[in-house]
Amino acid sequence: MVDTPSLIEASGLKVSRGGQVILNGINLTVDPGEIVTLIGPNGAGKSTLVRALLGLERIDSGTITRKAELVIGYQAQSVVIDATLPLTVRRFLTLTCNRPDDELSRTLNHVQLKPILDKSVHVLSGGEMQRVQLARAILRNPDLLVLDEPTQNVDISGAIELYRLIQETRDRLNCAVIMVSHDLNVVMSATTRVYCLNNHICCSGRPAEVSKHPEFLRLFGQSAADMLAIYTHNHDHGPTGEVLSTHNHTHDHPH
Amino acid sequence: MDDFLVRASLAGIGVAIAAGPLGCFVVWRRMAYFGDTLAHSALLGVALGFLFGTAPTLGTMATGIGVAMLLVWLQQKEDWSSDTLLGLLSHTTLAGGLIAITFIQGIRIDLIAYLFGDILAVSDTDVAWTWAGAILVSGVVALLWRPLVALTVNKDMAMAEGIAGRSIELAFVVLIAVVVAISMKVVGILLITAMLIIPPATARHLARTPEQMALIAILVGCIAVALGLTGSYRWDIPAGPAIVLAAAALFAGGMASGLISNLTSKRRQPIAPAQR
Repeated sequence: MVDTPSLIEASGLKVSRGGQVILNGINLTVDPGEIVTLIGPNGAGKSTLVRALLGLERIDSGTITRKAELVIGYQAQSVVIDATLPLTVRRFLTLTCNRPDDELSRTLNHVQLKPILDKSVHVLSGGEMQRVQLARAILRNPDLLVLDEPTQNVDISGAIELYRLIQETRDRLNCAVIMVSHDLNVVMSATTRVYCLNNHICCSGRPAEVSKHPEFLRLFGQSAADMLAIYTHNHDHGPTGEVLSTHNHTHDHPH
Repeated sequence: MDDFLVRASLAGIGVAIAAGPLGCFVVWRRMAYFGDTLAHSALLGVALGFLFGTAPTLGTMATGIGVAMLLVWLQQKEDWSSDTLLGLLSHTTLAGGLIAITFIQGIRIDLIAYLFGDILAVSDTDVAWTWAGAILVSGVVALLWRPLVALTVNKDMAMAEGIAGRSIELAFVVLIAVVVAISMKVVGILLITAMLIIPPATARHLARTPEQMALIAILVGCIAVALGLTGSYRWDIPAGPAIVLAAAALFAGGMASGLISNLTSKRRQPIAPAQR
């Protein structure tokens, strides 16, 4: 850990707007290769935290340290492109970086889209747009992929597919991922660290630990914790997986 | 061709070149009223220019930049919508300009010429100012083009990925002030926004990328200038309004051709109605 400095480190972060404290006492680090997931109820400050980490929010106190020359690929929560702005998928993908067509096509293929480089972004479906956005962020070859609710407007099977893609991307690019999520049940599979946020960090840790934390149960209820536990049980290959054996069977994963 | 027509054409084309690409951003960012506000403040700039003994163009640019800064400051301080703040600044500066101009002693100012433009009376100096401004604006827009487009699509995304949003947005506002200043003589304060809005809107019917839209907007602007000046010369009608009407006619033509191709091919996407 000593020879791999953190990509982003926030400590004692406080953000308020109009006299209302949105974030308080936030300590958070993102290390290379990590997948960090932020969960929390509406208005918990998830997006604000992500925006603060990226330097897009004025902070009241605390510090944010970003590694020098950190290349970021950012998928904002909702990208509404004015209809008066003509934009093909090709032009959208190359907004902040120049890449040759064959690389664009390969990346579209990677996020399982047809070769739609010449299509207008205004005719894409919600799910297609999410994938195009992911492709755009990937094309930057980022050290850190920041995804604010990447599964918005996507059904549950699409969401699982997207999470798989994100994990695969992380493995391929060897980048870290910060993800904001609202669906609690599927997000966890590849996550190395979960932060449960409600203006402050209620609890954090591996998905399995968080799901049993009293603060998590208080915020989301037992049913969410059960769903989370089941999913984690089947898919988490981590050392704490067996603790979740509410079903009395164990998978032994060679690790 | 008469000398004054050559000068008028040169000035008009200069404005079309500067206003086309920049106007695209005004359309994409829904800033038409912002353009109008800077235009309305131009009269105050003219008056101040006379009072301080500088060229009206410089006074107009300085006032426009000042108004833009004031707007940004008010937006941060007060809880009013941008729309209301623009209405406040737009008409306050226009009223101030109308009064300030009456204080100027000795020089008779042709108010009508500033309000509605007097392209047929532009001097060699005016043409030089216009082209200096047009070259400056085009150069800076070309330089900032990619980051400006990225910021327009999504400001957070662009800034998170390392684009210096604040300085580029500032430069953008200054560029609009420059375009307003050089357009004043051509179409007049009340019609400047037309040159920023109508050619890009016309180009939207034909363009598939932002770059195409900017280039077509320049072309549409130049054609409008040519048609307007011809109409003005032939039928003895005011040149500024004639240019704006010509641009509007081109827009209508573009819309009609868009409708026709929509009817013939179902695949083409019509421009969706506003989302906000």
